[in-house]
Amino acid sequence: MALTQPPLLSRSSHVTNRAFSVEFAGLGRSFPAPKKKTSTGVLGDVTLRIEPGEIVAILGPSGCGKSTLLRIAGGLDSPTAGAVTIDGTPVTPFDARCAIGFQEPRLLPWRTLSDNVALGLPRGGSRTDGREIVAELVSLVGLSNFAGHTPRQISGGMAQRTSLARALARNPGVLLLDEPFGALDALTRLRMQDLLLEVHRAAPTTVLLVTHDVDEALQLADRVILLGKGQDDAANGIQQVVTVPGIRPRDRGSAELAELRAQLLGGLGIERHAAGQEHL
Amino acid sequence: MSVDATAYAATGNAPAVAVTLSRAPRPGSRRWAVVIGGALLPALILAVWQFVTATGAVATSQLPSPQMVWEAAVDLAQRGLLWQYVAISTQRVVIGFLIGAALGLALGAVVGLSRFADILLAPTLGAIRAVPSLAWVPLLILWFKIGEESKIILITIGAFFPVYTTVAAALRHVDRQLVEAGRAFGYRGARLFFTVQLPAVIPSVASGLRLALAQAWLFLVAAELIAASMGLGFLLSDSGNNGRIDRIFLAIILLAVLGKVTDSILALFERWAVKKWA
Ligand SMILES: Nc1ncnc2c1ncn2[C@@H]1O[C@H](COP(=O)(O)OP(=O)(O)OP(=O)(O)O)[C@@H](O)[C@H]1O
Ligand SMILES: [Mg+2]
Repeated sequence: MALTQPPLLSRSSHVTNRAFSVEFAGLGRSFPAPKKKTSTGVLGDVTLRIEPGEIVAILGPSGCGKSTLLRIAGGLDSPTAGAVTIDGTPVTPFDARCAIGFQEPRLLPWRTLSDNVALGLPRGGSRTDGREIVAELVSLVGLSNFAGHTPRQISGGMAQRTSLARALARNPGVLLLDEPFGALDALTRLRMQDLLLEVHRAAPTTVLLVTHDVDEALQLADRVILLGKGQDDAANGIQQVVTVPGIRPRDRGSAELAELRAQLLGGLGIERHAAGQEHL
Repeated sequence: MSVDATAYAATGNAPAVAVTLSRAPRPGSRRWAVVIGGALLPALILAVWQFVTATGAVATSQLPSPQMVWEAAVDLAQRGLLWQYVAISTQRVVIGFLIGAALGLALGAVVGLSRFADILLAPTLGAIRAVPSLAWVPLLILWFKIGEESKIILITIGAFFPVYTTVAAALRHVDRQLVEAGRAFGYRGARLFFTVQLPAVIPSVASGLRLALAQAWLFLVAAELIAASMGLGFLLSDSGNNGRIDRIFLAIILLAVLGKVTDSILALFERWAVKKWA
């Protein structure tokens, strides 16, 4: 895919965004348990500062609260303890400084892919600019030939790419991506990872990326956060914070990354030697 | 058209039945096959009707022959009454339907979107809905005499509830994830409504409108039977009083045809809506 200086990525008007810091302070979230007066803690005491422009990957077993954390960061949900701030000010409901790529594509079924991507455009931009940006994003995610299709006429992976394009159209200060590449084949996944890095290089926004793929985390992120339950924790918290060395693109075979991979997989409960075998 | 009309009437039912006959053709069936297939039963009924009346198997005082009905139509047309009755009845239905549908959309939207409005309004509206249509008639006559208002208000009531109920229910069940996605991308209030919620409920609105139209015809007859000096309902009650069974059949046939034709127009709209928005 030709990613060399597409106009979107070099257009000054589109690069006016600022990257914001995101800070979780003693954050907790519990949901009322069904039919009981108690409530179950999902997240507990999450404290983390993400620097402006940083890419942070969030790893953790299914159901550990990754989506919940992302939703709280975007103001789609609110914490039951602690606080979250963006750029030093508290997150507001549906905070306009964020754009979110949901775990599900969530496309409007009656709109074409282009019009779905256009939904992400920030308000107040000119129409022609908007149309250009949409066309460009649609082609960047490799869907030019399907721009006029509706979501029912495309595959799950295509829908996911459309959803990614919609989030990118917002040109946000904080980009929240919930398993954005989960439904993609290996090759498309690599392309989309490259696209994300390219967009990030041109307009360095802060990125929180939820993923199940340790290698993806190590390739994309400046830091990797491992969420999970400790020995006797009631709720999920940060188990590991791994700063990934090296500038991107990183050598997938390097010993340093292999060590980090084994460490993270260990944190996910996968045996070290098994991980080593997988690597072979 | 008169063949169709006669046949519908011979089934002895009001437009509500004609409505259920207007299913969209099954995929794969050719258009002409659908038309011919749909005309088969009416043609058969007409033939049987003609046969039993011509052979005297049924007395014409109980069942007028097709020709007698036709002559009644010609007679009324020559006196200028046929067109007048059809026009005034259609006008009442259209006006009442439009007002009722608009109010139903507005209140259905408010109740469907706002939990507060739901708590405040839904029980009252539900109670009003439970009042049988005829119960309104004496009150409306007292308040508005025998003028147009009383009939149009009754039809408005009839058209209001199907739209109100379907719109409110559909809005409550719009995919929450889509609404949340809309909000996450900065859509609120009216913009959110027109971007996400309204498009999502358009197919339900279309079927609500069809129900409302059928109700409008139903309430029209209720209103005109009791308090009117013109219109198809008046033709029915007047002919009943004078023993003009041929005119009763004529009025029934006309109601069937009008109900079916107006419903078909909305059916086209519904089909488009489902194709475009569902
Ligand atoms: N609205 C809610 N009401 C009640 N419980 C909820 C709600 N949202 C999330 N939960 C609970 O919070 C926990 C974490 O959910 P979350 O979606 O954040 O997990 P996740 O880490 O994203 O998992 P996955 O990797 O499978 O997407 C789950 O146990 C879930 O049942
Ligand atoms: Mg999740």
